[in-house]
Amino acid sequence: MVLKELVSVVNGKVLCGESHINESIEYAFASDLMSDVLTLRITNFLLITGLANVQSVRTAEMSDLKYLLFARGKKVTDDMIELAQENDMVIITTPYSLFKTSGLLYSAGIQPVY
Amino acid sequence: MVLEYKVEGGDFTQAGNVSSSVKKVLKQLGINPVVIKRVVVALYEAEVNIVAHAYRGVVTATLDDEGIRIVLDDEGPGIASIEQAMVKGYSTASKEVREMGFGAGMGLPNIKDNADEFTITSKVGVGTRLDIYIHYV
Ligand SMILES: Nc1ncnc2c1ncn2[C@@H]1O[C@H](COP(=O)(O)OP(=O)(O)OP(=O)(O)O)[C@@H](O)[C@H]1O
Ligand SMILES: [Mg+2]
Repeated sequence: MVLKELVSVVNGKVLCGESHINESIEYAFASDLMSDVLTLRITNFLLITGLANVQSVRTAEMSDLKYLLFARGKKVTDDMIELAQENDMVIITTPYSLFKTSGLLYSAGIQPVY
Repeated sequence: MVLEYKVEGGDFTQAGNVSSSVKKVLKQLGINPVVIKRVVVALYEAEVNIVAHAYRGVVTATLDDEGIRIVLDDEGPGIASIEQAMVKGYSTASKEVREMGFGAGMGLPNIKDNADEFTITSKVGVGTRLDIYIHYV
């Protein structure tokens, strides 16, 4: 699914990385546990998380993961955006819960990593 | 090439700085991205462990033609049972650490999975030392 479409499915907002809006995403993983995310060997997936702090962006950086979706309208700080921009990542926020976000994207055809 | 960094315990705003620096170096050297990910994931877990569980530490990364050795030496409470600490899901992380998204008890097992060689030694009341080696190919 093209990122732009994904953003509209979750009624989301792109906070940085707009230039990647026409890239397509196949896989997603939802977790608030960063060590869980760090066990994934694949790259190039969307991380859906309710954990909005610098460490979630750091975890994305170490995981070679470019797309971050913060659920429940979590406040994304300037530090987070700065770090995301340094690493050429896309940050999206959605007002929906982790469960609803995951459900919507799954129904729309995004594949689970597992 | 030998790189040395300091890590402060308890300071989550800085956690990941070392891993990020090492990642940049490996990228510049043109190392295979799959290997880079293994190195930085292992290093990041170990770096966060110092921040989360110890007082301070020193990270030494030694790069040669074949691979990278990373030694993380910390001053801290140490680990009474390494066998127990290596079990997936075992964690003594504080509430603050859990709020940062860590404390699942998956870090040490994941470091081991990513490393070609991994040793951990610890002395209660003194500190912990991790020795990680990863081949470039
Ligand atoms: N450097 C260290 N100093 C002291 N204790 C440590 C250190 N590293 C790990 N430990 C101990 O070993 C336990 C397991 O570590 P591990 O990294 O596997 O999990 P965690 O850090 O608790 O959670 P996670 O890594 O999944 O976020 C820790 O909870 C802690 O009790
Ligand atoms: Mg850990």
